[in-house]
Amino acid sequence: MNIIVCMKQVPDTQKVRIDPERGTLIRKGVPAITNPFDESGLEMALELKETLGGSVTVLTMGIPDSECMLRDALSLGADSGILLTDASFSGADTLATSYTLSKGIERIGNFDLLIFGKQAIDGDTAQVGPEVAGLLDLPLITFVSGVIEAADTYIVVERMLDNGKEILRSDFPLVISVVKAANRLRMPSIDRIIGSFNRKILKYGLQDIGAEEGRCGLKGSPTRVKKIFTPKQRSRVEYLDGSLEEKGRGFVELIREKGLLVL
Amino acid sequence: MTEVRKVRTQSRRYHTSLERETWVSLWVIIEKKKEEVHPVTLELLTKGRELCADLQETLVAVIPGAIGEGDEHVLSLFGAQEILEVRTMEENPASFDLYAEALCMAVGEEKPSIILAGATAFGRTLMPLLAVRLRTGLTADCTELDIDRDRKLLLQTRPAFGGNILAVIECAQSKPQMATVRPHVFKMAKVENAKKPVIRCRSYSPLLKRSAELLERVVEDEKTDITQADIIVAGGRGLGKPEGFELLHTLADSLGGMTGASRGAVDLGWISPVHQVGQTGHTVNPKLYLACGISGAVQHITGMKGAEMIIAINEDPEAPIFEIADYGIIGDLYDIIPAIIEALPKGGPSGNRSV
Repeated sequence: MNIIVCMKQVPDTQKVRIDPERGTLIRKGVPAITNPFDESGLEMALELKETLGGSVTVLTMGIPDSECMLRDALSLGADSGILLTDASFSGADTLATSYTLSKGIERIGNFDLLIFGKQAIDGDTAQVGPEVAGLLDLPLITFVSGVIEAADTYIVVERMLDNGKEILRSDFPLVISVVKAANRLRMPSIDRIIGSFNRKILKYGLQDIGAEEGRCGLKGSPTRVKKIFTPKQRSRVEYLDGSLEEKGRGFVELIREKGLLVL
Repeated sequence: MTEVRKVRTQSRRYHTSLERETWVSLWVIIEKKKEEVHPVTLELLTKGRELCADLQETLVAVIPGAIGEGDEHVLSLFGAQEILEVRTMEENPASFDLYAEALCMAVGEEKPSIILAGATAFGRTLMPLLAVRLRTGLTADCTELDIDRDRKLLLQTRPAFGGNILAVIECAQSKPQMATVRPHVFKMAKVENAKKPVIRCRSYSPLLKRSAELLERVVEDEKTDITQADIIVAGGRGLGKPEGFELLHTLADSLGGMTGASRGAVDLGWISPVHQVGQTGHTVNPKLYLACGISGAVQHITGMKGAEMIIAINEDPEAPIFEIADYGIIGDLYDIIPAIIEALPKGGPSGNRSV
């Protein structure tokens, strides 16, 4: 079974701070991490490979430094890595990113399953997976929360709804976006790390994937960011003190003031 | 085994360009929850009225599939001026691709300037599939929508970087401008004088595509959609035992709210994932979020920081939840929650449900 996992290196948004004076984002010194949802996607792919055999290719569109994320994936058992990197790819919104990734996937060729993490924790749009599925004209299952059954030609998965779940079956080739895998991403092992030294990470630019420059990067982005600002910060917490009865009554007063108690 | 997938490169006949005549309608894609119109759709129609007033455009409720009994009435109460049914020769409610194709064809003929949908599992799947076919911009999870009157453009405000920043996005070079909005971000309000909307239907036969097959749908209870709750009483590992949720259910019922949970509690099997709030669970925007025995890991905060008021009950004064809470109660929730229930006016839960 041939699997492609799309991954993104993102700033650790949990460590991003706001400059209290200027109200801007302090990006300096914020470590780059693998998007957590993509880690789930990779773990799912590696588990499927263990059960059914085949290969796992990891793909990313990013700056040259993103190569280390692909290297880490190889050390966990992925077979090959592809980095799409080119000045013309930068500044891309979800449409342009999806187009570029699709051209990269077209270049890779055969696959059965294409896995995306549900969303990137910097952009938070959850759009790239579905848009790539649309461009490649493939069936799509979003918000996959587990694999129930997998065979050479089909897969059965669980999909998370707002108020429940669905079980869906599809033949390959298929695109899925993943909310979580059954297990956390594994740790590297010595033999896998050593085994990964021989595996290549290929770097492709605009020409290599035959992409139209006008559809990539900022040029290919119909949406533009007009302005960025920081949300109003919440004020410091106020504690309800006193005896238990006082705390209980204090709580009820709070919600009464908010109009949440209809009497 | 598998053929090489070719990327759609040619401009498909549905790809629309700005050179056509004026685009003068605003679409709200109607999502159905069982037989009823999903509340987020009514919130969007309410906001849509405001935007249409600024733009002098027509508010159209678009139904993928057949219009249901009672839909017309509800949609008119919330100001839809037109209802457009977009049908396919073969109806397949599980196939987002089919509806994206049909809607794409409808956009080509109807030319809406803006398309809005709820940022639900449904909307977050359908809208990107539609946007990519139209080769237009889509902005997810908007918290504000405004109109730039000079350029007649939709200004879309949304969070990024886990909510640490807000960005204002515009899509000036292509139409339609598309956006999704989470439930509970906008308020719903009926119109003063509901008028009967014009109902039209367009039917298409998109090329039958292979899509995933729905085997089973497991919904604990159609009503258990915590994204719809005004009040959420949530529990985490600090409950110490699954029975703790019974206490939370009692409080939630008394307040007319619903029960939520952290990933920790769900992973321990104490409550079903349908109640999970957070990065791998649901994002909620209630009026009140009461976090009980929840430490406040960032992945959890991401799912509830949009709450209007956050109150935390925790024994640990150092718990990170207090950094985001508006109010905090330090102590044992097994003492505090009964004290709250005791202090509540006795009138029954129905008196407390916000309408």
